[in-house]
Amino acid sequence: EMRKFKISKWTCERVSTLQKLSENVKNAMLIKGGNANLLVTQVLRDVYALTKPYGVLYKKKNITRPYWSLFMFGSHNKKWPNNLVIGRMYDYHVLDMIELGTEKFVSLKDIKNSKCSERTKPMLLFAGYDFDVTEDYRRLKNLLIDLFRGPTVSNIRLAGLEYVLHFTVLNGKIYFRGYKLLLKKSGCKTPRIELEETGPSLDLVLRRTYLASDDLYKLSMKMPKALKPKKKTNVSHDTFGTTYGRIHMQKQDLSKLQTREMKGLKKRPAEKITEDQEKKSKRIENN
Amino acid sequence: MEGQNVEELLAKAERDEAEKLQRITVHKELELEFDLGNLLASDRNPPTGLRRAGPSPEAELQALARDNTQLLINQLWQLPTERVEEALVARLPEPTTRLPREKPVPRPRPLTRWQQFARLKGIRPKKKTNLVWDEVSGQWRRRWGYQRARDDTKEWLIEVPGGADPLEDQFAKRIQAKKERVAKNELNRLRNLARAHKMQLPSTAGMHPTGHQSKEELGRAMQVAKVSTASVGRFQERLPKEKAPRGSGKKRKFQPLFGDFAAEKKSQLELLRVMNSKKPQLDVTRATNKQMREEDQEAAAKRRKMSQKGKRKGGRQGAGGQRKGGPPSQGGKRKGGLGGKVNSGPPRLGGKRKGGQHQGGKRRK
Repeated sequence: EMRKFKISKWTCERVSTLQKLSENVKNAMLIKGGNANLLVTQVLRDVYALTKPYGVLYKKKNITRPYWSLFMFGSHNKKWPNNLVIGRMYDYHVLDMIELGTEKFVSLKDIKNSKCSERTKPMLLFAGYDFDVTEDYRRLKNLLIDLFRGPTVSNIRLAGLEYVLHFTVLNGKIYFRGYKLLLKKSGCKTPRIELEETGPSLDLVLRRTYLASDDLYKLSMKMPKALKPKKKTNVSHDTFGTTYGRIHMQKQDLSKLQTREMKGLKKRPAEKITEDQEKKSKRIENN
Repeated sequence: MEGQNVEELLAKAERDEAEKLQRITVHKELELEFDLGNLLASDRNPPTGLRRAGPSPEAELQALARDNTQLLINQLWQLPTERVEEALVARLPEPTTRLPREKPVPRPRPLTRWQQFARLKGIRPKKKTNLVWDEVSGQWRRRWGYQRARDDTKEWLIEVPGGADPLEDQFAKRIQAKKERVAKNELNRLRNLARAHKMQLPSTAGMHPTGHQSKEELGRAMQVAKVSTASVGRFQERLPKEKAPRGSGKKRKFQPLFGDFAAEKKSQLELLRVMNSKKPQLDVTRATNKQMREEDQEAAAKRRKMSQKGKRKGGRQGAGGQRKGGPPSQGGKRKGGLGGKVNSGPPRLGGKRKGGQHQGGKRRK
């Protein structure tokens, strides 16, 4: 039986969905509801273009899907027109869901200029203190970072930074703008930035939210010990900027210590004999 | 005079520097918060410029974006860079924004069988060198992989070992041994994995009693249990009406290499005769069997189609009835059924039809 053993597809699929210490990039699922209108569909298409290849745009005919961790659902009805629900999953359950209404939308294809290549990591900018103050907006910021950030890389080609997604909060509205980066010459090494609007451009309004409870959120943020950055406990700094380090040595056997031979301190044979005699007499006395 | 010139030059140089930097400096009240690992910047300044703008603050938004991007780029350009294949690449730090995980942290896995054994015996991993000296080629080669030091597979001569059968194929033996080792390794790896995640091995699926096993699984479990005796199932009694299992013998049978010389000679000559003859040979038994099988398959397919059509009809009628609702049910049902049959049916029924087609496709297979 061993010779005929083959790894079945079932096993492969199971292994890929297992829990890992450091996780892979989150996949996003973009679905349109039964009552989605043209605007919402176009929004989903644009987001799909931005999150390729980690996003999947689902049309109505797809049935079973593999596990995904981020989703965006578009729908439209009288009470909630042009609705987008962005959400994420933790451990096969929904963690957070935030509903956003689209007030104004200009699509990628409506802005006529050259677009950036796909699959580039975007730069994300958040403006407005609401993003740090209000709980809802804070979660929204977290969710947007999760959705748009792409894979985590350790190196990045500086010339390959192509586009910027800019989110601003003002008077209860969230302005989502996408710009293409133009690097112009400045006098020094760092270039001067000029931006060209490339879309998509969305004016969003925060509607209903379904946020995870604090303890579930804390649980989902838990980092395994192996990934936590290790603190260096034997290095310390003082106020003057000097770095002190501690090295721990093993106990030294002093009898094996290599010292310089000082011939003058060597015991002469005459001295040695007298020492022995003294020791002998001491022994006799004790006995 | 010269002194003044030097002073002027220095002053001019300073002014030039300041001008250059002006192009890239941006003034902000509060510093932005940067997370370079995620290429992220957060601006907490109150958006005064934007507030002043009217309902369409496009220009102001773009200006704000430009300023923030400039600051982010300034930060990025200060990162340590290196040249990788003619491109300037910056080394990004770890992302600092904490984002929730997809799945919970994996629990600590049990040790694999080897790890347990090594722990018992106190075996520690030996540090091995990357390269090994290869006598044959006279150079340092890697320990395993492409162009490795001692490559068994490249040998053109293998001595037959003392006790082995002189007519055995030693090369094939080597290849077979390697395949067996690889398979054994893979089996153990997956077993360790299954043990760690308490998953079921696919070969033992259905063997453990769960109470939710299908008929096939139970049948298979029963067969395996029957064969798991000391006499490999030869003396196991069957229930009064139980049928013997089909296809439990060897799948292919080969003649031994040295057996009946007369029979071998006969079969070889027959083969030559058949190949040389101009008329095609017809094996009557095989032909009739093939014909019967084809007929059976056609009949089965027809039967399935008829039953499927019946089901489809029933389904359509039901939908039609639901749609018409008010008017007398019988008349409505019939009408709905007839209406549905025509191709230009309403989209609702179209959906149902598609579902039916899918089912049919599956069954046909």
